[in-house]
Amino acid sequence: MNSSMKFALAVGLVFGVASPAAHAQAPKKGGVLNFAVVAEPPTYDCHATTTFATLHPVRPHYSGLLKFKGDVNSKIELVGDLAESFEQSKDGLTYTFKLRRNVKFHDGTPFTAADIKATYERIVNPQAGILSARKALHENITAIETPDDFTAVFKLNVPNASMLNNFASPFNCVYSAKKLMEDQRYPEKAPMGTGPFVYVDYVKGATWEAKRFDQYFEAGRPYLDGYKAFFVKANSVVPGMQGGQFDAEFRGRTPKERDQLVDAMKDNVTVQEGPWTTSVLLTFNTKRKPFDDVRVRQALTMAVDRRAGAVPLSKISMLKFVGGLTRPGSEWALPDDELNKLPGYGTDIAKSREEAKKLLAAAGVTNLKIKLVNRNIAEPYTPAGIFVVSEWKKIGVEAEHLQLENKSYFDAQASGEFDATVEFISDFVDDPSLQFVKFISAKKSPVNVSGSEDAELDKLFDAQAATIDPVERRKLTQAFEKRAITQSYSMMLYWWQRIVVLNKKVKGWELHASHFTGQDLAGVWLDQ
Amino acid sequence: MILFLVRRILLLIPTLIGVAVVTFFLIRVIPGDPVVVKLRADGAAVTEETIQAERKRLGLDKPLYAQFGDFVVGLAHGDLGNSLWTGQPVLKEIAIRFPVSLQVAIMATIIAILISVPLGILSAVYRDTWIDYVVRIIAVSGLAIPSFWLGMLMILALLSWKNWLPPIGYVSIFQDPVANLQATIMPAISVGYRYAAIATRMMRSALLEVLREDYIRTAKAKGLFQKLVVRRHALRNALLPVVTVIGLEFAFLIGGLVVTEQVFNLNGIGKLFVDATTRGDFNLIQGLVLMIAVIFILVNLVVDLLYGLLDPRIRVS
Repeated sequence: MNSSMKFALAVGLVFGVASPAAHAQAPKKGGVLNFAVVAEPPTYDCHATTTFATLHPVRPHYSGLLKFKGDVNSKIELVGDLAESFEQSKDGLTYTFKLRRNVKFHDGTPFTAADIKATYERIVNPQAGILSARKALHENITAIETPDDFTAVFKLNVPNASMLNNFASPFNCVYSAKKLMEDQRYPEKAPMGTGPFVYVDYVKGATWEAKRFDQYFEAGRPYLDGYKAFFVKANSVVPGMQGGQFDAEFRGRTPKERDQLVDAMKDNVTVQEGPWTTSVLLTFNTKRKPFDDVRVRQALTMAVDRRAGAVPLSKISMLKFVGGLTRPGSEWALPDDELNKLPGYGTDIAKSREEAKKLLAAAGVTNLKIKLVNRNIAEPYTPAGIFVVSEWKKIGVEAEHLQLENKSYFDAQASGEFDATVEFISDFVDDPSLQFVKFISAKKSPVNVSGSEDAELDKLFDAQAATIDPVERRKLTQAFEKRAITQSYSMMLYWWQRIVVLNKKVKGWELHASHFTGQDLAGVWLDQ
Repeated sequence: MILFLVRRILLLIPTLIGVAVVTFFLIRVIPGDPVVVKLRADGAAVTEETIQAERKRLGLDKPLYAQFGDFVVGLAHGDLGNSLWTGQPVLKEIAIRFPVSLQVAIMATIIAILISVPLGILSAVYRDTWIDYVVRIIAVSGLAIPSFWLGMLMILALLSWKNWLPPIGYVSIFQDPVANLQATIMPAISVGYRYAAIATRMMRSALLEVLREDYIRTAKAKGLFQKLVVRRHALRNALLPVVTVIGLEFAFLIGGLVVTEQVFNLNGIGKLFVDATTRGDFNLIQGLVLMIAVIFILVNLVVDLLYGLLDPRIRVS
């Protein structure tokens, strides 16, 4: 059996797991799940962090108001977590949550609406010395009312179409109001929430341990006795799984690592694959000539044959899906027939490249040499950079590919020391208000490194963000996407593929499009 | 002797002040903002307001001279500040990792001494015989094979043949000696081999030189057995450069196991150093550089004291 057949068999096993017959298998209780985390958490405070390295070990200690549930290959839904039900007013200015009763914190204190109020006040208006990394996403919240112990009402000053997604953000862990009263920094010291697992121990740089919370509010859950997260370097995941040290790594592995594991462990592993709400793009420095000229930017995006590149790249890297500024396959994605009309997405690459050469000539640009700044992280940034450099060569453009370590990379972007830079977008959900921030004017966006100013994009962005009706919002997001791609301040390269390899005994874990979500581990069990 | 010790320890102070000042300013010259790395490295669209708030919280909004003032005051009180990344005291961050690197360094040193001294002696005494050639091949191989590569080979070999890996995560030797040794013996061997190769070559060349000395010839002429000549007259003198090499390598290993710690997933000082540098964690880098400077100075002091023990002439001077 060759490796691709073995891989197909392993993937087949996954679909087997997802089949109704497999669903009928009753979850077993017990066992400790060992998993790898390929980075170390800078903090245990969900509100202060932006990294999965915190969420994977820490999130199972907490619950949120809402959460995402399901599998990316079937359907991901927004469901209540601590909220039993929720309601959005027609004007989009009021959100009412009916909360679960009989929910307990790990210290035995009962959960009430006061905990929701204290948590969100910490996010919206953090006290001095408290970092709230997503404060701006919640700035429309003007009041949080608690008419009774099990109702929380959020009042907004303007409608915010992303608000329900924000309430389901995995970073919005609900903290104990009582503990926060005693110490606003308690989550940084010892995680304590209403989640399925109780914090046991953390050995810095090594392991994070947790045990089952027997009074968790979902009856019968969690199934595991506990879990142990191992903080390791990415290159240790394959030998670690092979040697039986871990059962999983949930962020995502490369195709090569998947093949190595399937080859070595054969039917002792299952593979879950799907699209990832993470993309790699390339941004031009519009403050530098000739990148201030839209014709040059369009020429450079038109030179890249994304579709042909996707085939080999998807075999060696996480890069796989061709799409616009929204994830292909998501509810926001531009239909192919519309996307194909935009610069860089034409179906005839020879024609595109001829057009690109003409655009460069019209702009008076000859012998263009580009300083391309990239991260020195091999996967998938190196293949992305090399691919673009080789594609540009085909229209006579040379590029110097500089791969810098994180600190210098961000500094080069902030100081404008680049002609073009490889960037990435990674969010917890497909939401245009999150995914378009890089493309609105630099004076409005903290993460626009192109330096572009575009009043039309800003207007469309603000309009979509405040449009609650999904159909109307979609029209606006599509208009935004078309304009942004046409202006080509940035050019989307690829959306990533998420590949998660699990030991076959790990059951009940659902693949989400984001590696930030779906990690409370309440439904995970071990078939042993 | 006591005066010598006091003088050497007092010399520590200006050396450390120099190291601290140079490190403080050098790492801040390197471009980049640790807060941006911390908050945006995973792609989050964190606002400038949040970035500024975090800078303020960490004290990075202060002018450089004020930050330096805080650092000096802290240093005078034995406080190296908090990690910009985790917010934990730098000393605590180091203290967690130090035993791991120290243990591997000690084990590697023991392995190196056990291998290098006998092999070096054999090689020198039986110069240009098959024994010498074999030892030289072993030593040259040790120098040529990078420790991390040897480590990777060991891991792959164990995985392929035994489907076993050393446990990930360090357990104190006092808590669980078996688990501790399982986690540390392979890195110690992979590092110790290279270390032994250096020391073996040094042992051989130093002993060869001593064996050519007049007093050795005299001892032999008096009819003393070769073994006795080597043990009583040559070895002590030949050990001086070997002790120097072993001392320097030991000090280097405390912070220099960078790649080996990554290969074996050891949570040691080398890994911490790499992480701190990548993240631009100024306070932690400063603490680590100071710690390594102290170790080098102390190891040099021990080496100097050992010189005195091995050679009475040095003791007198």
